[in-house]
Amino acid sequence: MNKKTILDRVFQQKVTLLFVLLCLGGILASGQPVTFVAGELFTRAARNSFLVLSLIIPVVTGMGLNFGIVIGAMAAQVALFLTTCWGFGGIGGFLLTALLTTPLAALLGWLVGKLFNRIKGSEMIGGLVLGYFADGFYQLLFLFVFGGVIPMGGPNAGRLLLSTGVGVKNTIDLTGTVKYALDTVPMLAIAEAAFYLTAAGAALSAILKLWKRQPVDWKKTGAVLAGAAALYALTFLPAAERFLRADRLLLLWAVEGAVLTVLLWQGGGLAWRRLVRKEPAGWRRPLALCAAALAVYAATYLPAVYEVLVHVRLPVMTWLCIGALCLFNRALMNTRLGQNMRTVGRSRVAAGAAGLDVDRIRVTAMVISTVLAGWGQLIFLQNVGTFSTYGAHTQVGQFAIAALLVGGASVRRAASGQAILGVLLFHTLFIVAPLAGRELFGNAMIGEYFRVFVSFGVIALALAMHAWEKRPRPGAEGEETPAREGEAPA
Amino acid sequence: MGEKAKGALRRAGLPRVIILGFFLLLLAAAGALGMDLGQLLGDMLRRWGMYGVLALAMVPAVQCGIGLNFGISLGIVGGLLGGLAVIELEVAKSPALLAAGARLLGEEKGPLLAQWAAVLAAILMGAALAAGIGWLYGLLLNRVKGSEMTVTTYVGFSIIAFMNIVWTVLPFQSGELIFPNAGQGMRNTISLASSFSQVMNRTLAFSIGPVAVPTGLLLFFFLCCLLVWLFLRSRTGAAMGAAGQNPAFARASGIRVGRMRLLGTTLSTVLAAVGILVYAQGYGFMQLYNGPMQMGFTSVAAVLIGGATPRRAGISHVLIGTFLFQGILTLGLPVANLFIPGSNLSEVMRLIISNGIILYALTQTGGGGRE
Repeated sequence: MNKKTILDRVFQQKVTLLFVLLCLGGILASGQPVTFVAGELFTRAARNSFLVLSLIIPVVTGMGLNFGIVIGAMAAQVALFLTTCWGFGGIGGFLLTALLTTPLAALLGWLVGKLFNRIKGSEMIGGLVLGYFADGFYQLLFLFVFGGVIPMGGPNAGRLLLSTGVGVKNTIDLTGTVKYALDTVPMLAIAEAAFYLTAAGAALSAILKLWKRQPVDWKKTGAVLAGAAALYALTFLPAAERFLRADRLLLLWAVEGAVLTVLLWQGGGLAWRRLVRKEPAGWRRPLALCAAALAVYAATYLPAVYEVLVHVRLPVMTWLCIGALCLFNRALMNTRLGQNMRTVGRSRVAAGAAGLDVDRIRVTAMVISTVLAGWGQLIFLQNVGTFSTYGAHTQVGQFAIAALLVGGASVRRAASGQAILGVLLFHTLFIVAPLAGRELFGNAMIGEYFRVFVSFGVIALALAMHAWEKRPRPGAEGEETPAREGEAPA
Repeated sequence: MGEKAKGALRRAGLPRVIILGFFLLLLAAAGALGMDLGQLLGDMLRRWGMYGVLALAMVPAVQCGIGLNFGISLGIVGGLLGGLAVIELEVAKSPALLAAGARLLGEEKGPLLAQWAAVLAAILMGAALAAGIGWLYGLLLNRVKGSEMTVTTYVGFSIIAFMNIVWTVLPFQSGELIFPNAGQGMRNTISLASSFSQVMNRTLAFSIGPVAVPTGLLLFFFLCCLLVWLFLRSRTGAAMGAAGQNPAFARASGIRVGRMRLLGTTLSTVLAAVGILVYAQGYGFMQLYNGPMQMGFTSVAAVLIGGATPRRAGISHVLIGTFLFQGILTLGLPVANLFIPGSNLSEVMRLIISNGIILYALTQTGGGGRE
């Protein structure tokens, strides 16, 4: 790699780099201990990452930044209001809410997709306006329909509705119902559920194959079942049981676990392929990853890093959901649907010529994204524990999109890594900006305004850069002007 | 006959027919419920004039080819700065102007002269600032051809957020502008009572029965419309329209398309600055911070309701659209309150109507679009 391409790469990441500098400056200026910032940051990252990750599929499909996730959030809030009203709580109530959210968000996502197919090329402005439009109906629903047109029953109805009996109060408190429902699932329960799911999955797949008269790999099925049973049996050891009864994981242990996984996976995989199967496997990448993992592990011994690592506790189940969504985004791209989405994202014309049903694929992308956004909003709300009935959804799209862009994504390219990095950077700035404003200017409001400005500004910048790059290169005299937004070329 | 009606319906678009029907329904409901229609009509006229110039700002933007200008907040910011400067300089309290006013118009109406001087000074300053901002904005928009609407919306939001920081640090001194009790920064809403509150509305105002007619305001609005109308029919205006309608053809006929877009954007931004001051004087307050955030959407919706499209907008669209839209909002509030007291059904209606019509306009021009 020569010098020029390195510089090019650095330049491409300018927004991210700028943010890294801003965050570092903000942390220094705020005068807060790093442990405080880190604690806040991981709380916020656990809340927001799922929502930001729900934006990736539409980007890949070429529909740009999906401002329509606001609608998924609205679906989640409708479902959450209903289950809260009916008095469901705990993880069961949470799952029921998610179950209710899914069809509602899927239906709305389908409608959004249909609309977006009619305004190809202006999905982003369309999505934004659609968010406001839907907000009108959302308010109508919560102000007049609940309690007015539809009588609301349930143990909590009195607590949630206005004293007139028509319309919902401004804030909905989730304490005692689904607050922390997902965050407080103990690891023991996760292990148990994982065991039963694996066993059921293996058994089902075997039965299905028998049904279809296909040969069953009994050896493999047996190995999976035995492995799962062995791991499950480990949880009955008193020491393991004591450890797993917690619902939080120390960040230090999470990092150590990740390092160990990388070492085993990459190093073990390399050894397996080269020594046992004698395949000519590339050794550079695995070794580089192992070295990086070891470097990370070494870094945990730095006092400053160690202090943060033993201070932060991660809610296990929430982070597992985030990890699962990262894996899902990745796995989807290896399926035929994912490949088709990519093709459509590269060029609708080419995809259409290749015989793909472009409109259908776009609608599918919107349905998936909207449902994921709904779940993401549920994860967010159960962690906050209370929400503003008429305001909780309004900024969802803006903040999620800004975070994604800060991580280095663009209107046409986004990946899970960028989403997570973006969430971390964006929320660091959100935490330290008011404090830095107070320290530097004696006015916390300046920091508040600054962070809002940054979230708008980063979106404006990304959109302008996208439009700028998309424009045909000037030079030729008869330069063809691109068709205007949402308009077929004449 | 049926065919003709169908054709008319298709030309007008279903949403516009629904909105017109809704307006008539509200009017009938208000009448049937025994509301003071005269007073409501007066309110409608007042709001028509107040919001009209802001909606007018869409016309040059659409005609020059940048489409619906959601970024009029840039001009609005210029106008607000002009207004602030006038209050800081106390133009409306200038003894010389007050004395001259008393001599010319008599004791009672005397202050009007000084107030007019204040509002015109604010408009001039605002327009000058907006011209500069608009020109820079036009330079940006010439580089993002094809995605102006998306970009203008977010540039508009960004400027509002940026100005939030500026409002907290601007070094104005007047007690009417800054927070009392040694607070920092400008107030959220600034009363114009001592400067130019309602100066246009009060000039030459008269009443026909219960209908109060804000003559000065409407005259100013119509004057602005006339000026834009004349400009569009001038040589430059025609060239600008051609550049917007068919850039390739315009370029072939020797029109400098980029320059024309720059001109239209600047003009739109300047009109927005004028518009916000006309609005503020009618309202009696200037709203800083996030106040103007949704102004762009309201103005865009108004011209669209009047029959404009992202490619074509005329003065008639501004006149009809603003009247209908503001008429619905005026009538909607008391009618809705009668059904559900103390509700903000009117706000819900504004959200649905304004954003619905924008979505409709997008679907009309969209589909099968550009890669």
